[in-house]
Amino acid sequence: MHYSIFSLAREALSGHRGWTRAWRDPAPKKHYDVVVIGGGGHGLATAYFLAKEYRVRNVAVLEKGWIGSGNAGRNTTIIRSNYGLPGNTGFYELSMKLWERMEQDLNYNAMVSQRGIINLYHSDAQRDAFARRGNTMRINGIDAELLDSVQIRKVLPFLNYDNARFPIQGGLLQRRAGTARHDAVVWGYARAADSMGVDIIQNCEVTGFTRDENGRVTGVETSRGTIGAGKVGMAVAGNSSRVAAMAGLRLPLESHVLQAFVSEAIKPLIPGVITFGAGHFYVSQSDKGGLVFGGDLDGYNSYAQRGNMPVMEDVCEGGMAIMPMIGRVRLLRQWGGIMDMSMDGTPIIDRTPVDGLYINAGWCYGGFKATPGSGLVFAHLLARDEPHEEAKLFRLDRFRRGYMIDEKGQGAQPNLH
Amino acid sequence: MRISCPYCGERELGEFSYLGDASPKRPAVIAADGGVAPDAEDVFYDYVYLRDNVAGEMSEHWYHGGGCRSWLVVRRNTVSHEIKSVEIAAGAGARTGHPNQERANG
Repeated sequence: MHYSIFSLAREALSGHRGWTRAWRDPAPKKHYDVVVIGGGGHGLATAYFLAKEYRVRNVAVLEKGWIGSGNAGRNTTIIRSNYGLPGNTGFYELSMKLWERMEQDLNYNAMVSQRGIINLYHSDAQRDAFARRGNTMRINGIDAELLDSVQIRKVLPFLNYDNARFPIQGGLLQRRAGTARHDAVVWGYARAADSMGVDIIQNCEVTGFTRDENGRVTGVETSRGTIGAGKVGMAVAGNSSRVAAMAGLRLPLESHVLQAFVSEAIKPLIPGVITFGAGHFYVSQSDKGGLVFGGDLDGYNSYAQRGNMPVMEDVCEGGMAIMPMIGRVRLLRQWGGIMDMSMDGTPIIDRTPVDGLYINAGWCYGGFKATPGSGLVFAHLLARDEPHEEAKLFRLDRFRRGYMIDEKGQGAQPNLH
Repeated sequence: MRISCPYCGERELGEFSYLGDASPKRPAVIAADGGVAPDAEDVFYDYVYLRDNVAGEMSEHWYHGGGCRSWLVVRRNTVSHEIKSVEIAAGAGARTGHPNQERANG
Protein backbone atom coordinates (compact mmCIF):
# COMPACT_ATOMS: atom_id res chain seq x y z
CA MET A 1 0.00 0.00 0.00
CA HIS A 2 1.51 3.31 -1.14
CA TYR A 3 1.29 6.08 1.45
CA SER A 4 0.34 9.51 0.12
CA ILE A 5 -1.95 12.43 0.77
CA PHE A 6 -4.54 10.62 -1.37
CA SER A 7 -4.37 7.37 0.63
CA LEU A 8 -4.67 9.41 3.81
CA ALA A 9 -7.70 11.33 2.49
CA ARG A 10 -9.32 8.11 1.26
CA GLU A 11 -8.84 6.41 4.62
CA ALA A 12 -9.99 9.50 6.52
CA LEU A 13 -13.26 9.42 4.60
CA SER A 14 -13.76 5.68 5.16
CA GLY A 15 -13.06 5.66 8.91
CA HIS A 16 -9.45 4.40 8.65
CA ARG A 17 -10.64 0.80 8.23
CA GLY A 18 -8.64 0.08 5.07
CA TRP A 19 -5.07 0.38 6.37
CA THR A 20 -3.17 -2.87 5.90
CA ARG A 21 -0.30 -4.09 8.07
CA ALA A 22 3.04 -2.59 7.13
CA TRP A 23 4.97 -5.88 6.97
CA ARG A 24 4.08 -9.57 7.04
CA ASP A 25 4.71 -11.98 9.91
CA PRO A 26 6.05 -14.99 7.98
CA ALA A 27 7.15 -18.37 9.31
CA PRO A 28 10.85 -18.97 8.59
CA LYS A 29 11.62 -20.83 5.36
CA LYS A 30 14.10 -23.74 5.25
CA HIS A 31 16.75 -21.77 3.41
CA TYR A 32 17.65 -18.21 2.41
CA ASP A 33 20.40 -16.81 0.22
CA VAL A 34 21.26 -14.37 3.01
CA VAL A 35 20.26 -14.41 6.66
CA VAL A 36 20.80 -11.17 8.57
CA ILE A 37 20.94 -11.58 12.35
CA GLY A 38 19.52 -8.56 14.14
CA GLY A 39 16.34 -6.65 13.34
CA GLY A 40 17.57 -3.21 14.31
CA GLY A 41 18.09 -0.31 11.97
CA HIS A 42 21.31 -1.71 10.54
CA GLY A 43 19.99 -5.23 9.93
CA LEU A 44 16.79 -4.01 8.30
CA ALA A 45 18.63 -1.43 6.19
CA THR A 46 21.00 -4.19 5.09
CA ALA A 47 18.08 -6.35 3.97
CA TYR A 48 16.48 -3.38 2.21
CA PHE A 49 19.63 -2.55 0.23
CA LEU A 50 20.26 -6.23 -0.56
CA ALA A 51 16.82 -6.37 -2.16
CA LYS A 52 16.82 -2.89 -3.70
CA GLU A 53 20.37 -2.30 -4.92
CA TYR A 54 21.75 -5.81 -5.28
CA ARG A 55 18.61 -7.76 -6.27
CA VAL A 56 19.16 -10.36 -3.55
CA ARG A 57 15.60 -10.93 -2.40
CA ASN A 58 15.62 -14.37 -0.79
CA VAL A 59 16.62 -12.75 2.51
CA ALA A 60 15.53 -13.14 6.13
CA VAL A 61 16.09 -10.77 9.04
CA LEU A 62 16.07 -12.62 12.38
CA GLU A 63 15.25 -10.65 15.50
CA LYS A 64 15.22 -12.17 19.00
CA GLY A 65 12.67 -9.65 20.32
CA TRP A 66 10.67 -7.22 18.24
CA ILE A 67 12.28 -5.10 15.54
CA GLY A 68 13.79 -1.90 16.87
CA SER A 69 13.71 -3.10 20.48
CA GLY A 70 17.43 -2.62 20.98
CA ASN A 71 19.61 0.39 20.29
CA ALA A 72 17.48 1.49 17.32
CA GLY A 73 14.90 2.68 19.83
CA ARG A 74 17.33 3.85 22.52
CA ASN A 75 19.49 6.46 20.82
CA THR A 76 19.25 10.27 20.81
CA THR A 77 18.24 10.33 17.09
CA ILE A 78 21.07 12.58 15.88
CA ILE A 79 22.25 12.42 12.27
CA ARG A 80 25.46 14.16 11.10
CA SER A 81 28.57 13.64 9.00
CA ASN A 82 31.19 15.78 10.75
CA TYR A 83 34.04 13.26 11.02
CA GLY A 84 37.68 14.06 10.45
CA LEU A 85 39.59 10.89 9.61
CA PRO A 86 39.88 9.11 6.25
CA GLY A 87 37.45 6.19 6.27
CA ASN A 88 34.95 7.92 8.51
CA THR A 89 34.55 11.19 6.57
CA GLY A 90 33.38 9.60 3.34
CA PHE A 91 31.35 6.86 4.95
CA TYR A 92 29.28 9.16 7.17
CA GLU A 93 28.68 11.55 4.27
CA LEU A 94 27.43 8.61 2.18
CA SER A 95 25.06 7.90 5.06
CA MET A 96 24.02 11.57 5.28
CA LYS A 97 23.15 11.62 1.57
CA LEU A 98 21.00 8.52 2.06
CA TRP A 99 19.20 10.21 4.99
CA GLU A 100 18.37 13.12 2.69
CA ARG A 101 16.44 10.90 0.26
CA MET A 102 15.31 8.20 2.68
CA GLU A 103 11.69 9.23 3.00
CA GLN A 104 11.20 9.34 -0.78
CA ASP A 105 13.05 6.04 -1.22
CA LEU A 106 11.04 4.28 1.49
CA ASN A 107 7.70 6.06 1.00
CA TYR A 108 7.71 6.54 4.76
CA ASN A 109 7.79 9.58 7.00
CA ALA A 110 10.94 9.20 9.07
CA MET A 111 10.71 12.82 10.27
CA VAL A 112 14.19 13.58 8.96
CA SER A 113 14.78 17.12 10.11
CA GLN A 114 17.98 18.88 9.03
CA ARG A 115 18.04 21.37 11.85
CA GLY A 116 21.81 21.59 12.09
CA ILE A 117 24.36 20.63 14.72
CA ILE A 118 26.64 23.05 16.55
CA ASN A 119 29.67 21.60 18.34
CA LEU A 120 30.71 24.30 20.81
CA TYR A 121 34.39 25.06 21.45
CA HIS A 122 35.75 26.57 24.62
CA SER A 123 39.45 27.19 24.09
CA ASP A 124 41.87 28.32 21.38
CA ALA A 125 43.21 24.79 21.01
CA GLN A 126 39.73 23.37 20.56
CA ARG A 127 38.91 26.07 17.99
CA ASP A 128 41.98 25.06 15.99
CA ALA A 129 40.99 21.39 16.17
CA PHE A 130 37.46 22.22 14.99
CA ALA A 131 38.79 24.45 12.21
CA ARG A 132 40.86 21.51 11.03
CA ARG A 133 37.90 19.16 11.20
CA GLY A 134 35.69 21.68 9.35
CA ASN A 135 38.33 22.07 6.64
CA THR A 136 38.61 18.30 6.32
CA MET A 137 34.86 18.15 5.83
CA ARG A 138 34.83 20.94 3.25
CA ILE A 139 37.58 19.49 1.07
CA ASN A 140 35.52 16.31 1.07
CA GLY A 141 32.46 18.21 -0.16
CA ILE A 142 30.65 18.28 3.20
CA ASP A 143 29.15 21.49 4.58
CA ALA A 144 30.85 22.99 7.63
CA GLU A 145 31.02 26.51 9.03
CA LEU A 146 33.20 27.73 11.87
CA LEU A 147 31.26 30.29 13.91
CA ASP A 148 32.56 32.67 16.56
CA SER A 149 30.65 33.45 19.74
CA VAL A 150 28.95 36.53 18.21
CA GLN A 151 27.49 34.37 15.45
CA ILE A 152 26.49 31.62 17.91
CA ARG A 153 24.75 34.18 20.13
CA LYS A 154 22.40 35.05 17.27
CA VAL A 155 21.08 31.47 16.99
CA LEU A 156 21.54 30.24 20.56
CA PRO A 157 21.08 33.34 22.77
CA PHE A 158 20.25 31.28 25.85
CA LEU A 159 23.64 29.61 26.35
CA ASN A 160 25.97 30.49 29.23
CA TYR A 161 28.71 32.26 27.25
CA ASP A 162 30.67 33.62 30.17
CA ASN A 163 31.16 30.46 32.22
CA ALA A 164 34.40 31.17 34.09
CA ARG A 165 35.99 27.80 33.36
CA PHE A 166 34.51 27.00 29.95
CA PRO A 167 33.53 30.22 28.14
CA ILE A 168 31.86 29.54 24.78
CA GLN A 169 34.21 30.89 22.13
CA GLY A 170 32.27 29.60 19.13
CA GLY A 171 31.24 26.40 17.40
CA LEU A 172 31.47 24.22 14.33
CA LEU A 173 28.15 24.16 12.48
CA GLN A 174 26.95 21.49 10.06
CA ARG A 175 23.63 22.75 8.72
CA ARG A 176 22.69 19.49 6.98
CA ALA A 177 22.88 17.54 10.25
CA GLY A 178 19.82 17.13 12.45
CA THR A 179 17.56 14.44 13.82
CA ALA A 180 15.25 11.67 12.57
CA ARG A 181 12.49 9.66 14.23
CA HIS A 182 14.34 6.47 15.17
CA ASP A 183 11.32 4.13 15.36
CA ALA A 184 10.08 5.33 11.99
CA VAL A 185 13.45 4.52 10.45
CA VAL A 186 13.10 0.92 11.64
CA TRP A 187 9.49 0.66 10.49
CA GLY A 188 10.23 2.33 7.15
CA TYR A 189 13.06 -0.08 6.32
CA ALA A 190 11.03 -3.07 7.53
CA ARG A 191 8.06 -2.13 5.37
CA ALA A 192 10.15 -1.39 2.29
CA ALA A 193 12.24 -4.57 2.64
CA ASP A 194 9.14 -6.68 3.25
CA SER A 195 7.48 -5.29 0.11
CA MET A 196 10.40 -6.66 -1.92
CA GLY A 197 10.06 -10.15 -0.42
CA VAL A 198 12.37 -10.00 2.61
CA ASP A 199 11.08 -12.13 5.51
CA ILE A 200 11.21 -10.28 8.84
CA ILE A 201 11.09 -12.94 11.54
CA GLN A 202 10.61 -11.65 15.08
CA ASN A 203 10.88 -13.56 18.36
CA CYS A 204 13.54 -15.70 16.70
CA GLU A 205 16.76 -15.87 18.69
CA VAL A 206 19.90 -17.27 17.10
CA THR A 207 21.40 -19.95 19.37
CA GLY A 208 24.18 -21.31 17.16
CA PHE A 209 25.62 -21.77 13.69
CA THR A 210 25.52 -24.84 11.47
CA ARG A 211 28.82 -25.51 9.71
CA ASP A 212 29.90 -27.88 6.93
CA GLU A 213 32.98 -30.13 7.05
CA ASN A 214 35.20 -27.24 5.88
CA GLY A 215 33.95 -25.05 8.71
CA ARG A 216 31.86 -22.83 6.43
CA VAL A 217 28.69 -21.47 7.99
CA THR A 218 25.68 -23.05 6.32
CA GLY A 219 22.94 -21.60 8.45
CA VAL A 220 21.78 -20.72 11.92
CA GLU A 221 20.12 -22.60 14.75
CA THR A 222 17.33 -20.53 16.24
CA SER A 223 14.57 -20.68 18.80
CA ARG A 224 12.30 -21.30 15.78
CA GLY A 225 14.34 -24.12 14.27
CA THR A 226 17.33 -24.43 11.96
CA ILE A 227 17.45 -22.03 9.03
CA GLY A 228 19.85 -22.62 6.14
CA ALA A 229 21.73 -19.71 4.63
CA GLY A 230 24.11 -19.10 1.75
CA LYS A 231 25.64 -16.29 3.79
CA VAL A 232 25.03 -14.99 7.29
CA GLY A 233 25.52 -11.34 8.24
CA MET A 234 25.46 -10.28 11.86
CA ALA A 235 24.31 -6.77 12.84
CA VAL A 236 23.71 -7.24 16.54
CA ALA A 237 25.50 -4.25 18.12
CA GLY A 238 26.12 -4.87 21.85
CA ASN A 239 25.62 -8.61 21.46
CA SER A 240 28.29 -8.99 18.74
CA SER A 241 30.79 -10.79 20.97
CA ARG A 242 28.13 -13.28 22.13
CA VAL A 243 27.00 -14.12 18.61
CA ALA A 244 30.58 -14.29 17.29
CA ALA A 245 31.51 -16.62 20.17
CA MET A 246 28.97 -19.14 18.80
CA ALA A 247 31.22 -19.33 15.74
CA GLY A 248 34.37 -19.54 17.88
CA LEU A 249 35.48 -15.94 17.27
CA ARG A 250 36.84 -13.39 19.74
CA LEU A 251 36.37 -9.79 18.69
CA PRO A 252 38.16 -6.51 19.42
CA LEU A 253 35.04 -5.26 21.17
CA GLU A 254 33.70 -4.53 24.63
CA SER A 255 30.01 -4.03 25.45
CA HIS A 256 29.28 -0.90 27.48
CA VAL A 257 26.12 0.78 28.66
CA LEU A 258 25.27 4.27 27.41
CA GLN A 259 22.43 6.18 29.02
CA ALA A 260 20.06 8.63 27.37
CA PHE A 261 17.56 11.01 28.91
CA VAL A 262 14.44 12.96 28.10
CA SER A 263 12.97 15.84 30.07
CA GLU A 264 9.37 16.85 30.47
CA ALA A 265 8.01 18.71 27.45
CA ILE A 266 8.71 22.43 27.32
CA LYS A 267 7.99 25.12 24.70
CA PRO A 268 10.25 25.21 21.61
CA LEU A 269 13.71 26.19 22.85
CA ILE A 270 16.53 24.41 21.08
CA PRO A 271 16.60 24.90 17.30
CA GLY A 272 18.97 22.06 16.39
CA VAL A 273 21.52 19.83 18.06
CA ILE A 274 24.03 21.36 20.50
CA THR A 275 27.09 19.66 21.95
CA PHE A 276 29.17 20.88 24.89
CA GLY A 277 32.85 20.67 24.01
CA ALA A 278 34.34 20.97 27.49
CA GLY A 279 32.39 18.12 29.04
CA HIS A 280 30.33 15.56 27.21
CA PHE A 281 26.74 16.61 26.68
CA TYR A 282 24.58 16.66 23.55
CA VAL A 283 20.99 17.82 23.34
CA SER A 284 18.16 18.33 20.91
CA GLN A 285 14.45 18.95 21.41
CA SER A 286 11.88 16.48 20.19
CA ASP A 287 8.73 17.53 18.35
CA LYS A 288 6.80 16.71 21.52
CA GLY A 289 8.90 19.26 23.39
CA GLY A 290 11.12 17.05 25.54
CA LEU A 291 14.83 17.76 25.70
CA VAL A 292 16.57 14.60 24.48
CA PHE A 293 20.13 14.41 25.75
CA GLY A 294 23.05 12.22 26.68
CA GLY A 295 26.74 12.16 27.51
CA ASP A 296 29.44 9.66 28.34
CA LEU A 297 29.31 5.91 28.70
CA ASP A 298 28.97 4.62 32.25
CA GLY A 299 32.45 3.25 31.65
CA TYR A 300 32.25 -0.37 32.77
CA ASN A 301 31.39 -3.51 30.76
CA SER A 302 27.67 -4.13 30.85
CA TYR A 303 24.88 -6.01 29.13
CA ALA A 304 22.24 -4.64 31.51
CA GLN A 305 20.56 -1.90 29.42
CA ARG A 306 20.48 0.35 32.46
CA GLY A 307 23.04 2.65 34.00
CA ASN A 308 23.97 4.21 37.30
CA MET A 309 23.69 7.54 39.07
CA PRO A 310 27.21 9.04 38.73
CA VAL A 311 26.86 9.36 34.96
CA MET A 312 23.32 10.75 35.24
CA GLU A 313 24.72 13.41 37.53
CA ASP A 314 27.67 14.09 35.24
CA VAL A 315 25.46 14.46 32.16
CA CYS A 316 23.06 16.80 33.93
CA GLU A 317 26.02 18.87 35.18
CA GLY A 318 27.18 19.18 31.58
CA GLY A 319 23.74 20.45 30.60
CA MET A 320 23.69 22.93 33.46
CA ALA A 321 27.12 24.23 32.48
CA ILE A 322 25.91 25.49 29.08
CA MET A 323 22.19 25.99 29.80
CA PRO A 324 21.73 26.91 33.49
CA MET A 325 18.04 27.67 32.87
CA ILE A 326 17.20 23.97 32.49
CA GLY A 327 17.89 23.42 36.19
CA ARG A 328 14.23 23.37 37.12
CA VAL A 329 13.11 21.19 34.21
CA ARG A 330 12.23 17.74 35.47
CA LEU A 331 13.77 14.59 34.06
CA LEU A 332 11.01 12.46 32.58
CA ARG A 333 12.73 9.23 31.57
CA GLN A 334 16.18 7.69 31.47
CA TRP A 335 17.30 4.43 29.87
CA GLY A 336 20.38 2.53 28.72
CA GLY A 337 21.52 0.74 25.60
CA ILE A 338 24.42 -1.65 25.06
CA MET A 339 27.15 -0.28 22.82
CA ASP A 340 29.59 -2.42 20.84
CA MET A 341 32.69 -0.38 21.67
CA SER A 342 35.58 -1.17 19.34
CA MET A 343 39.24 -0.77 20.18
CA ASP A 344 39.65 2.40 18.08
CA GLY A 345 36.13 3.82 18.23
CA THR A 346 35.42 2.97 14.59
CA PRO A 347 33.11 0.30 13.14
CA ILE A 348 34.01 -3.05 11.62
CA ILE A 349 32.31 -4.16 8.40
CA ASP A 350 34.09 -7.15 6.98
CA ARG A 351 34.25 -10.84 6.27
CA THR A 352 35.27 -12.90 9.28
CA PRO A 353 37.83 -15.73 9.45
CA VAL A 354 34.80 -18.07 9.34
CA ASP A 355 33.65 -18.63 5.75
CA GLY A 356 30.11 -17.50 5.10
CA LEU A 357 29.92 -15.28 8.20
CA TYR A 358 30.09 -11.49 7.84
CA ILE A 359 30.27 -8.91 10.59
CA ASN A 360 28.82 -5.43 10.99
CA ALA A 361 29.74 -4.20 14.48
CA GLY A 362 31.77 -1.79 16.58
CA TRP A 363 29.47 1.20 16.14
CA CYS A 364 30.32 2.50 19.58
CA TYR A 365 27.73 5.13 20.27
CA GLY A 366 27.53 6.45 16.73
CA GLY A 367 25.37 3.79 15.18
CA PHE A 368 22.12 5.61 14.54
CA LYS A 369 23.45 8.22 12.12
CA ALA A 370 25.18 5.40 10.23
CA THR A 371 22.01 3.35 9.72
CA PRO A 372 21.42 3.87 5.97
CA GLY A 373 25.12 3.90 5.07
CA SER A 374 25.79 0.80 7.15
CA GLY A 375 22.93 -1.01 5.42
CA LEU A 376 24.21 -0.10 1.96
CA VAL A 377 27.85 -1.04 2.50
CA PHE A 378 27.04 -4.25 4.39
CA ALA A 379 24.61 -5.27 1.64
CA HIS A 380 27.39 -4.58 -0.88
CA LEU A 381 29.79 -6.81 1.07
CA LEU A 382 27.23 -9.61 1.40
CA ALA A 383 26.17 -9.45 -2.26
CA ARG A 384 29.57 -8.94 -3.93
CA ASP A 385 31.97 -10.43 -1.38
CA GLU A 386 34.12 -7.33 -1.58
CA PRO A 387 34.02 -4.16 0.53
CA HIS A 388 32.14 -1.09 -0.63
CA GLU A 389 34.43 1.78 -1.70
CA GLU A 390 33.42 3.86 1.35
CA ALA A 391 33.87 1.01 3.85
CA LYS A 392 37.11 -0.55 2.70
CA LEU A 393 39.04 0.73 5.73
CA PHE A 394 36.59 -0.77 8.28
CA ARG A 395 38.51 -4.05 8.28
CA LEU A 396 38.43 -6.56 11.11
CA ASP A 397 42.18 -7.16 10.85
CA ARG A 398 43.16 -3.47 10.99
CA PHE A 399 44.16 -3.79 14.66
CA ARG A 400 46.66 -6.50 13.90
CA ARG A 401 48.01 -4.63 10.88
CA GLY A 402 48.21 -1.28 12.65
CA TYR A 403 45.62 0.61 10.58
CA MET A 404 43.42 1.89 13.38
CA ILE A 405 40.98 4.74 12.72
CA ASP A 406 41.07 6.38 16.12
CA GLU A 407 39.05 9.61 15.82
CA LYS A 408 39.52 10.44 19.50
CA GLY A 409 43.10 9.20 19.84
CA GLN A 410 42.45 7.10 22.93
CA GLY A 411 44.08 3.82 21.97
CA ALA A 412 42.77 0.37 22.87
CA GLN A 413 40.65 1.52 25.82
CA PRO A 414 37.06 1.19 24.60
CA ASN A 415 35.38 2.99 27.51
CA LEU A 416 37.20 6.18 26.53
CA HIS A 417 36.10 6.37 22.88
CA MET B 1 26.09 0.01 41.91
CA ARG B 2 28.10 0.40 45.13
CA ILE B 3 31.48 -1.23 45.65
CA SER B 4 32.67 -2.48 49.06
CA CYS B 5 36.32 -1.47 49.18
CA PRO B 6 38.30 -3.76 51.55
CA TYR B 7 39.89 -0.67 53.16
CA CYS B 8 37.14 1.95 52.97
CA GLY B 9 33.88 0.00 53.16
CA GLU B 10 30.89 0.40 50.87
CA ARG B 11 31.30 3.46 48.65
CA GLU B 12 29.33 4.90 45.76
CA LEU B 13 30.41 4.20 42.18
CA GLY B 14 31.58 7.75 41.43
CA GLU B 15 34.66 7.22 43.64
CA PHE B 16 35.94 4.44 41.41
CA SER B 17 37.30 4.29 37.88
CA TYR B 18 37.39 1.30 35.62
CA LEU B 19 40.19 -0.37 33.73
CA GLY B 20 38.48 -3.52 32.45
CA ASP B 21 38.75 -7.29 32.33
CA ALA B 22 41.35 -8.52 34.84
CA SER B 23 42.02 -11.80 33.07
CA PRO B 24 44.35 -10.76 30.19
CA LYS B 25 47.94 -11.02 31.43
CA ARG B 26 50.77 -9.21 29.71
CA PRO B 27 52.53 -11.94 27.74
CA ALA B 28 56.22 -12.68 28.07
CA VAL B 29 57.69 -11.77 24.68
CA ILE B 30 61.36 -12.35 25.45
CA ALA B 31 62.48 -15.81 24.40
CA ALA B 32 64.87 -17.97 26.44
CA ASP B 33 67.82 -16.85 24.27
CA GLY B 34 67.07 -13.19 25.00
CA GLY B 35 65.53 -12.47 21.59
CA VAL B 36 61.91 -11.70 20.76
CA ALA B 37 59.65 -14.75 20.98
CA PRO B 38 58.47 -15.94 17.52
CA ASP B 39 54.79 -15.64 18.47
CA ALA B 40 55.26 -12.24 20.19
CA GLU B 41 53.17 -10.32 17.65
CA ASP B 42 50.26 -12.75 17.86
CA VAL B 43 50.14 -12.95 21.64
CA PHE B 44 50.51 -9.21 21.98
CA TYR B 45 47.72 -8.56 19.47
CA ASP B 46 45.56 -10.94 21.47
CA TYR B 47 46.47 -9.23 24.77
CA VAL B 48 45.96 -5.65 23.59
CA TYR B 49 42.95 -5.94 21.29
CA LEU B 50 40.87 -9.08 21.79
CA ARG B 51 38.37 -9.47 24.61
CA ASP B 52 36.15 -12.23 25.92
CA ASN B 53 33.57 -9.48 26.57
CA VAL B 54 31.90 -11.72 29.11
CA ALA B 55 28.12 -11.68 29.54
CA GLY B 56 27.92 -12.92 33.11
CA GLU B 57 30.43 -13.04 35.93
CA MET B 58 33.72 -11.35 35.21
CA SER B 59 36.80 -10.30 37.22
CA GLU B 60 37.78 -6.73 36.52
CA HIS B 61 40.16 -4.03 37.67
CA TRP B 62 38.72 -0.97 39.42
CA TYR B 63 40.70 1.90 40.95
CA HIS B 64 39.47 3.58 44.14
CA GLY B 65 40.74 7.04 43.20
CA GLY B 66 38.18 8.80 45.40
CA GLY B 67 39.25 6.84 48.47
CA CYS B 68 42.29 4.75 49.38
CA ARG B 69 43.71 4.82 45.81
CA SER B 70 44.03 1.03 45.76
CA TRP B 71 43.63 -1.11 42.66
CA LEU B 72 40.89 -3.67 43.24
CA VAL B 73 39.82 -6.90 41.58
CA VAL B 74 36.03 -6.90 41.55
CA ARG B 75 34.06 -10.02 40.64
CA ARG B 76 30.92 -8.59 39.04
CA ASN B 77 28.06 -9.85 36.88
CA THR B 78 27.90 -7.78 33.67
CA VAL B 79 24.26 -8.73 33.07
CA SER B 80 22.83 -7.95 36.54
CA HIS B 81 25.57 -5.60 37.89
CA GLU B 82 25.64 -7.76 41.03
CA ILE B 83 29.02 -7.71 42.80
CA LYS B 84 30.22 -11.04 44.22
CA SER B 85 33.60 -10.14 45.72
CA VAL B 86 36.14 -7.34 46.00
CA GLU B 87 39.84 -7.93 46.70
CA ILE B 88 42.97 -5.81 46.72
CA ALA B 89 44.54 -6.32 43.29
CA ALA B 90 48.10 -7.17 44.30
CA GLY B 91 47.00 -9.92 46.67
CA ALA B 92 44.49 -11.26 44.19
CA GLY B 93 47.18 -11.46 41.52
CA ALA B 94 49.67 -13.20 43.78
CA ARG B 95 47.14 -15.87 44.64
CA THR B 96 46.59 -16.70 40.97
CA GLY B 97 50.33 -17.24 40.70
CA HIS B 98 50.92 -14.75 37.91
CA PRO B 99 54.73 -14.41 37.50
CA ASN B 100 54.77 -10.63 36.94
CA GLN B 101 52.70 -10.10 40.06
CA GLU B 102 54.94 -12.31 42.13
CA ARG B 103 57.95 -10.38 40.94
CA ALA B 104 56.23 -7.14 41.89
CA ASN B 105 55.37 -8.47 45.31
CA GLY B 106 58.70 -10.17 45.91
